[in-house]
Amino acid sequence: MQIYLPIAEMSVNIFLLLGLGGGVGMLSGIFGVGGGFLMTPLLFFMGIPPAVAVATEANQIVASSVSGVLAHWRRGNVDIKMGGVLLFGGVLGSTFGVWLFSVLRELGYIDLVIKLSYVVFLTIIGSLMLIESVKSMRATKHAVKSKAHRHTWMHGLPFKMRFRKSRLYISALLPLAIGFFVGLLAAIMGVGGGFVMVPAMIYLLGMPTSVVIGTSLLQIIFVTANVTLLQAINNQTVDVVLAMLLMIGGVIGAQVGTRIGGLLNGEQLRGLLALIVLGVCAKLSFDLVVTPEDIYSLGTRGGH
Amino acid sequence: MIKRLFTLTFLSAVLVFGLFRVASASEITVDLADPVVQITAGFSGTDLLLFGVAPGEGDIVIVVRGPIHDQIVRKKDQVLGVWVNRDEITLENVPAFYAMASNRALDEFLPGGIANIHQIGLENLQFQPKDKSEVAGGWDHFRHALLRNKQRQGLYTWDPLTLIFKGNRLFRTKVRFPANVSVGTFGIETYLIRKGELVDTHTTLLNVRKFGVEASVYDFAHRQSFAYGILAIVIACFAGWAANAAFRKA
Repeated sequence: MQIYLPIAEMSVNIFLLLGLGGGVGMLSGIFGVGGGFLMTPLLFFMGIPPAVAVATEANQIVASSVSGVLAHWRRGNVDIKMGGVLLFGGVLGSTFGVWLFSVLRELGYIDLVIKLSYVVFLTIIGSLMLIESVKSMRATKHAVKSKAHRHTWMHGLPFKMRFRKSRLYISALLPLAIGFFVGLLAAIMGVGGGFVMVPAMIYLLGMPTSVVIGTSLLQIIFVTANVTLLQAINNQTVDVVLAMLLMIGGVIGAQVGTRIGGLLNGEQLRGLLALIVLGVCAKLSFDLVVTPEDIYSLGTRGGH
Repeated sequence: MIKRLFTLTFLSAVLVFGLFRVASASEITVDLADPVVQITAGFSGTDLLLFGVAPGEGDIVIVVRGPIHDQIVRKKDQVLGVWVNRDEITLENVPAFYAMASNRALDEFLPGGIANIHQIGLENLQFQPKDKSEVAGGWDHFRHALLRNKQRQGLYTWDPLTLIFKGNRLFRTKVRFPANVSVGTFGIETYLIRKGELVDTHTTLLNVRKFGVEASVYDFAHRQSFAYGILAIVIACFAGWAANAAFRKA
């Protein structure tokens, strides 16, 4: 059954979209990852214009993050103050990102920049995940000792703030910068940015793992909401019909995934996910370097 | 009295003349199976049936032209192995859609001059670069690229012989509107050519528009983009909350 997407201005198979949402949702349920970094390139492969895919995916992430943050909220795993600082940086970063997006679109470079960003990030994430899963499949548990409080150059930065829930006393500039960078990624790539923010919060800020996920989700909700709004205003690229179909598939898939995740061997699955990520990345890279069918293309100017 | 008689005579003359015109059928008559092409939820392209009556001997060409707009054409070059958009030009007077049908090959009956004046056939489309200075090195390859891309997208079709005569005068043809057709007012021009002369032309209009929810969504997104953005966020928040609530109970 075909459905016409009003903003993407194309018709696609409704079951393919639901299946895609369900599949990616399931992976995110199993691994506890956002899934935006997989969904957006898959939408490219379906022929959805990259600008629409990125903006719409931001909208879908609002839904999945709201759903996720509620669960963490009930367990009290959200550091609101830290989330607020990250969020402030995120709003600045994503606002700048959407502006940059519009400029690049005007110049005809947006598709290229989106795809190149994906190639870079997917290569990094995929390789790291693969290495980690191979390592842990080989070695029996090597208890990693968490390092005691260390003083680095970061602790010399001004504007120190106390974050009670995270038991930290650090410069507000750090979470601000992380938030800004993640906001920029959200705007350009249509991802929540959890895959960058979570490691940064743990290793750079030294936050306790228990509050990291909930806090990052809180930040992601507002940043992706900001991206959705600004993309809608500046570029009119948010397709609510597409977003709703992905949400339905994603929500159901995530619930199924969470249940499956408990039953399966985590490390092998992680290796599999790494291979999927690298596969998507390889396809994207290949499309960038292979001689196009036609080196000329038709473009649109600004808005539409 | 005389004045009245004069008016009466005049009126009947007009009437008789009019009747005469209809009776002699000196004009092409064309009708569409549907004067509106509706893009709805399940839209995956459509075929429009066109039929008409020719007033006499001759060959028929039908041209369907979409709304005119400016079109950017970009050329990719390889930079460090990656294909990147480099040169671009903007062409003016580009129809968003162009389809043509005739009862036999154009070169068999259509003189080049007529084809050129009425822009019949893709090679006769007269679009021009908007800014001539930026295309010092010639823009012909951009023009060809535009035609090629539009044809690949199914938006420019060049398919003579799809117009079929039923008997002597009655003709019909089918025009394919792909799923990616743009909205607007389309012109349908019919030309009757007899012995290398343009005998008659007829123009009718066709409306392509979005219908139903899709149309509302598109209009809303473009006219009230702020409210649209807010609504998109609200829907997402609600969906997230609903999902959480539903599966917590289950």
